[in-house]
Amino acid sequence: MAGLLELEVATPERYLLKEKVVAVDVPAANGMLGILPEHAPLISELGCGSLKFSTETGQSRVLSICGGYVEVASNHVRVLAARAEYADEIDVKRAEEALKRANERLLHPTPGVDMARALSAMQRAQARLAAAKAAAH
Amino acid sequence: MPSLIDIRRRIRSVKNTQQITKAMKMVSTAKLRKAQDRVINSRPFARMAAEVLQKVSAAASGDERIFEHPLLARRVEKTAQLVLITADRGLAGAFNTNLIKAAQQFLAEKNAAGVQVEFELYGRKGRDFFTRRPVTISGEVTGISQNASFADAETLANKLIRRFETAEVDSVYLLFNEFKSVLAQRVTLRRILPMALPEGEAPQDYIFEQPPAELLGRMLPAYVQIQALEAFLETAAAEHAARMTAMESASSNAAEVISKLTLYMNQVRQASITREIIEVVSGAGALE
Repeated sequence: MAGLLELEVATPERYLLKEKVVAVDVPAANGMLGILPEHAPLISELGCGSLKFSTETGQSRVLSICGGYVEVASNHVRVLAARAEYADEIDVKRAEEALKRANERLLHPTPGVDMARALSAMQRAQARLAAAKAAAH
Repeated sequence: MPSLIDIRRRIRSVKNTQQITKAMKMVSTAKLRKAQDRVINSRPFARMAAEVLQKVSAAASGDERIFEHPLLARRVEKTAQLVLITADRGLAGAFNTNLIKAAQQFLAEKNAAGVQVEFELYGRKGRDFFTRRPVTISGEVTGISQNASFADAETLANKLIRRFETAEVDSVYLLFNEFKSVLAQRVTLRRILPMALPEGEAPQDYIFEQPPAELLGRMLPAYVQIQALEAFLETAAAEHAARMTAMESASSNAAEVISKLTLYMNQVRQASITREIIEVVSGAGALE
């Protein structure tokens, strides 16, 4: 085994996580990015989705993240997310309602509604729901 | 000579004040701990974001396009925007005064150089001071200093970016109190726009999923937001620290006043007893 990765996840307001992991899946802007130890240095933008990682003991956790950057360098993964939370902190009901509301706005566009905002709200809600679902399994 | 009753009254009044300052000190201590946690929680992100920004900007430095980015535009400074972040409440020692003094000095310096200054006032103390003076105010926000969130920082940053891009202002400065330690706060003036790209050597062999120049363009506005948030959180922590220290010294000062007054009260009491004895003795002497 080529050693471990050090994973750090932070948002502007919160330092969520610093842990040794064996693998991490990051939702980059161009699709999921699987990172294993000895990965080449990389910088990418993040999309919206679930970040999964598994530790040495075989445990895995899921976070929902949205927007920001990821940097991989010398077995160090830094996730600088605009928004991030642990899957078990997600309020599923609220996310469902937000998704419904955003869908409603997108399907029936009325003047004065910011479409870009509704779209990003929908993506955020979907990311939260997906993360909550992934954590439940 | 004041009567005994007057002195007792004063002692009681000072004791009441001391109780209030002690209570305020305890409240500030609790709030400081919370504010300090928020500062500590936000620092790793700010540090890592600065490092990533440095790498991206070094990688993008070969690209001509980045110099056209509106947030990097250097113009002749005609109008400067000053964001003054003060507390909403007083009784924190020289906390607000120091900030206001620094703002006035900034104003004087810029005016002497022929530069207009527009104020963006956060916090009631700064607003109260400058709304009564002949200065240009572009906006004011009060009531958020205790629990400024990222959304507040976003609002401020977006406004600053818009004003800078539309050339309403040619530079933007933040003036706030940095939280050094519980005993030390430092008034900090920081220019955030136009941005100065961090210098450093280009990283080796990085894979960039997006072209560095594009990445950089999207990182810059986010970096302005982070700096605004940092200023809010630092000032909040510094405010509680300053109030705690001020209330601590007020409490010990009250204790000193009380002990002095008690001593004086006892002297007055002793003097009146002595006087009475003399009166009795001399009265008895006169009868003989």
